Amino acid sequence: MAANVTTELAPHQRQVSAGADAVFQVENLTKIYRTGEVEVRALDDVTVSLHEGELAVMLGPSGSGKSTFLNILGGLDVATSGRVQFRDLDLSGASERQLTRFRRDHVGFVFQFYNLIPSLTARENVALVTEIARDPMSPAEALEMVDLSDRLDHFPAQLSGGEQQRVAIARAIAKRPEVLLCDEPTGALDSKTGVTVLNALRTINRELGTSTAIITHNAGIQAMAERVIHFIDGRIASVNLNADTISPEEITW
Amino acid sequence: MTGLAVLDRKVLRDLGRLWVQALAIALVLSCGVASLIISFGAYRSLEETRAAYYDRNRFGDVFANVTRAPRALLPRIEAIDGVGHVELRVSDYAILDILGMREPATGLAVSIPDYRETAVNLPFLRSGRLPEPERTNEVTVTEKFAEAHGFRTGDSFQAILNGTKRDLIIVGTFLSPEFIYALAPGDIMPDPRRFAIMLFSERALSGLLDLEGAFNDLSIRLLKGANKEQVIDRLDAMLAPFGGTGAIARKDQMSHAFIDAELAQLQSMSTLLPPIFLLVSAFLINMILSRLIALEREQIGLFKAVGYSSGAIAMHYLKLVMVISMIGIIIGFGVGTWLGRGLFRLFGEFYTFPFLIFRLHIDIYLIAALISLAAAVAGGLKAVWSTVTLPPAVAMSAPAPTTYRKLLTERLGLLQPFSRLTVMGLRHLVRHPVRSGLTTLGMSCAVGLLSASMYFLDVNTFMIDWLYNQSQRQNASVTFIDEQRPDAVQAIKRLPGVIKAEPTRHLAVTMSHGYRERRTSLVAKSNEDTLARVVDQAGNIVWVPRHGVLINDQLARNLDVQVGDLIHLEITEGKRRIADVPVTHIVTSFFGIDAYMDAEALDRLAGEGPRVDGFHLTMDEDAADDLYREVKELPRIASLVLLDLSREKFQETLSQNSTIMATIYIVLSVIIAFGVMYNAARIQLSERARELASLRVLGFTSREVFSVLLAELSMIVILAQPLGWFIGFLIAWSMVQSFDSDLFRIPLIVEIDTMAIATIISVIAVVASLYLIWERVQRLDLIRVLKTRD
Repeated sequence: MAANVTTELAPHQRQVSAGADAVFQVENLTKIYRTGEVEVRALDDVTVSLHEGELAVMLGPSGSGKSTFLNILGGLDVATSGRVQFRDLDLSGASERQLTRFRRDHVGFVFQFYNLIPSLTARENVALVTEIARDPMSPAEALEMVDLSDRLDHFPAQLSGGEQQRVAIARAIAKRPEVLLCDEPTGALDSKTGVTVLNALRTINRELGTSTAIITHNAGIQAMAERVIHFIDGRIASVNLNADTISPEEITW
Repeated sequence: MTGLAVLDRKVLRDLGRLWVQALAIALVLSCGVASLIISFGAYRSLEETRAAYYDRNRFGDVFANVTRAPRALLPRIEAIDGVGHVELRVSDYAILDILGMREPATGLAVSIPDYRETAVNLPFLRSGRLPEPERTNEVTVTEKFAEAHGFRTGDSFQAILNGTKRDLIIVGTFLSPEFIYALAPGDIMPDPRRFAIMLFSERALSGLLDLEGAFNDLSIRLLKGANKEQVIDRLDAMLAPFGGTGAIARKDQMSHAFIDAELAQLQSMSTLLPPIFLLVSAFLINMILSRLIALEREQIGLFKAVGYSSGAIAMHYLKLVMVISMIGIIIGFGVGTWLGRGLFRLFGEFYTFPFLIFRLHIDIYLIAALISLAAAVAGGLKAVWSTVTLPPAVAMSAPAPTTYRKLLTERLGLLQPFSRLTVMGLRHLVRHPVRSGLTTLGMSCAVGLLSASMYFLDVNTFMIDWLYNQSQRQNASVTFIDEQRPDAVQAIKRLPGVIKAEPTRHLAVTMSHGYRERRTSLVAKSNEDTLARVVDQAGNIVWVPRHGVLINDQLARNLDVQVGDLIHLEITEGKRRIADVPVTHIVTSFFGIDAYMDAEALDRLAGEGPRVDGFHLTMDEDAADDLYREVKELPRIASLVLLDLSREKFQETLSQNSTIMATIYIVLSVIIAFGVMYNAARIQLSERARELASLRVLGFTSREVFSVLLAELSMIVILAQPLGWFIGFLIAWSMVQSFDSDLFRIPLIVEIDTMAIATIISVIAVVASLYLIWERVQRLDLIRVLKTRD
């Protein structure tokens, strides 16, 4: 299990914990978007690691690069320069095919707008993933973990926002991914529903040992994370390690 | 930028963004416009050209032939109520011997008056002059015949006229409203190389044919409002003693009837094709506009919020429809004019007109434009109406999520074996039943047109086989100028290279049943005949019964008779006997209105003893040159039809026509297939971009994601096939109806191969359009779609 000391490192002192338990090792990662004449440096020389079983929260204002960072970790996007290593796999040099394989085998995603397939029921949305996974749990089991056993055969249009997001979480974790990447999972939800969703994420992190990274605007959420990464202007401003984490219910929204 | 309102600028930019889809729709619409212009334009141009030609060159209204009648009848004929002008002529068939042409050709010698202008059927001189009065060796020949042989004024050829071979000098070339479609006796396609019409001086030809002071051919121009039937009846009565075989009205005149058949086909094309294209384009516009409006829901809300009226917004979207329509209409005008002119020029080559009137009829263009615009606007109306009824507050919030249901088949467990991806596709298909149904219908129109085009080719193959392999199996048919005794067969058999000769006899008859009456020829058939046989559609030989008559289905319909009914028969030549004979058999056939009778029974009926009027023969190809040389010297032969040449010409003409038609149909249907599939797929991709991107994020490959679209689209393509075959069948059926004339008909044949080829071509068009979609699926922007709200 991760992290031990509560230290605050100044940016220039940042270290890479290159231990054997690092899931992601990111070195000098830079991402530049070019739209016409305009060049946007979304990530600027980022170096950081995420660790086995850890729940990390990424904070920062809009446009600070956290989503770009998460997308590159998840193999949805590729860096302009620098290196991203997932265990032994070098994502920076991976082909489109390898990235698809990587997502299929190792990563679970949760998004702000759920991204469920409207034409499939809750159970089928989860089954979509379990059908192609190597060692999945059953869809019912995954939905049980997010407390939706009674909603198995409902279509997305028949579910509330919180329920839909929990189906999305169940779908993400059903294949027992090594990492779970969540981009604003509570962004579209009210606080009460948000807590339910965060609880689900925490349970999964604890019970399955899934390394989890959550992007949020809500600074309160950082209290439940073991590692808190602050992004500003495409750079990491600070990385904090929490020794004591709180439960979602205790978070002030 | 000034002048253009902001909303109008948006129209142009939307168009720039959607240009491939817009162009696909515009193309389908342009096919509708073009087919309207081509069919109406060609129809009208052909009709007007013919009418003008008939008028300027005084084409006759009634035609008759006699064996020999005195010119002194003229005042009596002119006195018939309703008769305007009468032209008495002499005419006869002749065998032609042309230097450099191996086989003999056939000529029709026709007289023109010596010292006055022709009153009826005025020839149109193309080059040189008409023959000088009383010059027996001068002829003016049909232009195409001269062209086919490279003849110029002053060139000569030989002809056997009334048993004597003569040298003839060409003094000019001409065209005639009587021979726009010039068919040699016994032939079924015009072949100007082997058939000439030769104008002679009246005195000269009368002398050559021993018809001085007499005529054997007449044409009449009627006065306005004349009673045609009455004139014909009076004329028949007057001419009967002189061997009149019955006068015919213009509608039965060979050349005229063939053009009528062509006009009927054009008319059926004009009622068949445009509606298909207009419907498909209306549907495509509905599809693209509905999607555009769904995507721009928030913008519409905003427009309303800032104070644009519903009308202004509706107009904004209608303008987009109208711009797309205008593009389609302009393309359609261009293509329609170009193809229409091309088709019409083709008529000009096939039929001989001295001039072609292809006028750009403003009304046709206007009507085509208005109909197309109306179809397009109608297609867009429902979508546009949805913008009007959308309250701004609702517009600016996200639409309610689409609700899905499990399919009936799923509840029954039938979809178990399919993957979730396939189930996604199928549920989406069923979720939008109207749209899916219309897409299927649009696709099936393409398949239908393809089947129809293939059907043309099938009919060709069938007709050639039926006519030349099953029915007419002789190498050649010889017709005598007049009937001869059966021992003439010996002379024919002695000709070099003749292997087998079977005699023929035809009697000109009038058949009637109740008030219905038809003129035709009664053909003698012997059950020993092996060359020209009566066969049914399946190619089975039909034996001519010992008693009664065997008639073809067209004649049976004309007379409204069935097997067992009695037909009243009047022989209009020789002893002009009358008899009532039972119909013993009816056979399906595709040419003419034929009646057959046992040869001996026919001889008995005619009452002149056994007679023959020609022979069908098979010959040794190696001795053909010798045979032709002999035939070119034989007196008393009217024509020699060489079936192999005849088949070649038939095949060439049919395949040229049907290749053009098939090509046009294939291009049109590929445009439809592409337009429908590309639009359907683009709209699906747009609607389901998030869903599909989500799948990619979950680790599905582009290929797997594409399979979701493919599941739905291929279901549509599959469902469209049987429906398409059925539409093809309907098109073919209506073609059969439009070809239905006494001259020729076509069978409704459905070949499995045809349907398979139609399906294959449509699938190729689909694959091409889906390839473009596949490229888009590969470029799916995962990050952008995931960040947006649905």
